[in-house]
Amino acid sequence: MNFYLLAVIKAAVVVGVLMITLLYLQWVERKVIAHIQVRLGPYNVGAHGLLQPIADTLKLLTKEDLLPPGVNRFYFILAPFLAITLSLVSISVIPFGPEIHIGPVNTWLQLTDLNIGVIFVLAISSLTVYGIVLAGWSSNSKYPLLGALRSSAQMISYELPLGMAVAATLLLSNSLSLRKIVETQSAWYGGFFPAWNLFRMPFPQVFGFVIFVIAVFAETNRVPFDLPEAESELVAGFHTEYSSMKFAGFFMAEYANMVTVTCMATALYLGGWLPLWPASMGSNYAPAAAFALAGGICIYSGLQARKRDRLSLSVFGALFLLVAALFLIPVVQALLVPLFWFLAKTGLLLLLFIWVRGTLPRFRYDQLMRFGWSFMFPVAVANLLITGLLVALVG
Amino acid sequence: MPNAVPLSWYLALSAVLFTLGVAGFLFRRNIITMFMSIELMLNAVNLTFVAFSYRLKQIDGQVFTFFVMVVAAAEAAVGLAIILIVFKNRATLQVDDLRTMKD
Amino acid sequence: MDPILFLLFAAIAVVCGITVVVQTHPITSALALIGVMGSLAVLYLLLGAQFIAAAQVIVYAGAIMVLFIFVIMLLNAGRERKTRGSFLARLIGPPLLVLLLGVVTFVILAVVPRDAVVKFGSYTGGTVENLGRAIFTTYLWPFEITSVLVLIAIVGAVALAYKELD
Repeated sequence: MNFYLLAVIKAAVVVGVLMITLLYLQWVERKVIAHIQVRLGPYNVGAHGLLQPIADTLKLLTKEDLLPPGVNRFYFILAPFLAITLSLVSISVIPFGPEIHIGPVNTWLQLTDLNIGVIFVLAISSLTVYGIVLAGWSSNSKYPLLGALRSSAQMISYELPLGMAVAATLLLSNSLSLRKIVETQSAWYGGFFPAWNLFRMPFPQVFGFVIFVIAVFAETNRVPFDLPEAESELVAGFHTEYSSMKFAGFFMAEYANMVTVTCMATALYLGGWLPLWPASMGSNYAPAAAFALAGGICIYSGLQARKRDRLSLSVFGALFLLVAALFLIPVVQALLVPLFWFLAKTGLLLLLFIWVRGTLPRFRYDQLMRFGWSFMFPVAVANLLITGLLVALVG
Repeated sequence: MPNAVPLSWYLALSAVLFTLGVAGFLFRRNIITMFMSIELMLNAVNLTFVAFSYRLKQIDGQVFTFFVMVVAAAEAAVGLAIILIVFKNRATLQVDDLRTMKD
Repeated sequence: MDPILFLLFAAIAVVCGITVVVQTHPITSALALIGVMGSLAVLYLLLGAQFIAAAQVIVYAGAIMVLFIFVIMLLNAGRERKTRGSFLARLIGPPLLVLLLGVVTFVILAVVPRDAVVKFGSYTGGTVENLGRAIFTTYLWPFEITSVLVLIAIVGAVALAYKELD
């Protein structure tokens, strides 16, 4: 097929799926936090609150788009555009799956494979500081300015341990292209244990993974590092003066950042689209089993729920069983199973983000900076040194 | 040449940016803007190095660019710290107000 | 395709460069300088220097300029005051600059041969491996000295800007 047409189709699919994911990631977050706090979360709008994100979008669209007096108009309007554009650009190098063959079309499940993919993502993430800085400065108000300065200082401080953790992984993979990094993790130790970078000899990157996850918590301004946008400390931090769609822009940018960094963590440390145990041992049936289990749980709890939930839960259960049956078709398996593994790992990391938000209190700003510079940075450097030493001695 | 750009265009762009940097350094009176003009000059020189690395098909030009970037980072850090101190003592960013040895 | 990309990003670089020099507010100058660095990163990609392009964005646009913007915001720098420079400087300054530009351009056009062209993709040696190999073998001594220089700069910046907590 024509290269440009294929690229446009892939881009359209990725953008569409990403937009829906961002919308419903908000729903998942509210539901999970609600259940952690022993309450129900969104429930009334649509079955189990599934239409809540749409209602929220309509509400934000119809709110008054206020431009406070004294703001620097150009930068005030530019900042959310910048934030959301930069956080969506990094998706273009993430490998979602291996090469697939649909009819005459042979294509990788990746928008583009740069041979400097990892430093491209690092470069884009170091530019996201500007969205926040411009938002805070152009708001002509002291709380946004303080929030913006704190947030940008936090982001650039935690970029260092992030880069070092990634550098240790690059020592093991010998390539900067994300596709090749995932491909080098496709070996099996002893025939059954995955050689993901998390478990890779000569030095399993467990510390690197932990440092990466903590650093991306700080990069995306999530709890426990969300002081710059905390309600009780700084009104709402750098997006205090924003309303309606521009606020929605920052909101979407935060979730898009979360999705991007979890996809990066999956590709760098958890083996991307590779399964947990070899296909020769039946890992191709894992998605079908997982969906069948989910469907079974839904139907079981639907039969025992209140009258209000009985129909909706049973319908969801039936849908899950249908998807499980879909995964048993051999033609579909080659395309969907690697995608399932990638999305399952990314979903687990996103669940970790949401779980931590519902559990941990937030850091004070000086504790946050001290943690970043006095603990994370030395540990990251030590990780890099030990990895380098072992790679030089062994490999 | 349908699909190629003459190398002299890259070097001419580098010359233009360097001249703009010199103009900014000599004509502006705000010390931070003077600093930014220095960064502009360093970027212009980086472009020349990379262009010649392409021309001679050697990596050494890019190695020089790498070192120029590192040195520019170090210089920006120290220079901005000095600006902070000067501002704390004199409460002004205009270079003209910082002369105590003349007149 | 190459000439279009070059002309577009060269035009952006020159316009942003003029903005840096002409605009009175430091924030506008800083953001225009980020524009210059971004367009230069694209030009480095056209010249086959992939790592330098990414390093330009990470180091220059993503760190050094953030430092500049921090300082501008911290000092609450406002628009520059117009000062009374010497009339002579304003008279002969711009022509001398144009003369500088003319001399440099003439030297370039005389030295560089006519057939030296840049085609995207004809130099693939700008990879991280080649750069790393050169830095750690031929240029190891400058590399170590530069790292000591950066350490000195860090210590110097902290020593200068350190504020005692009272």
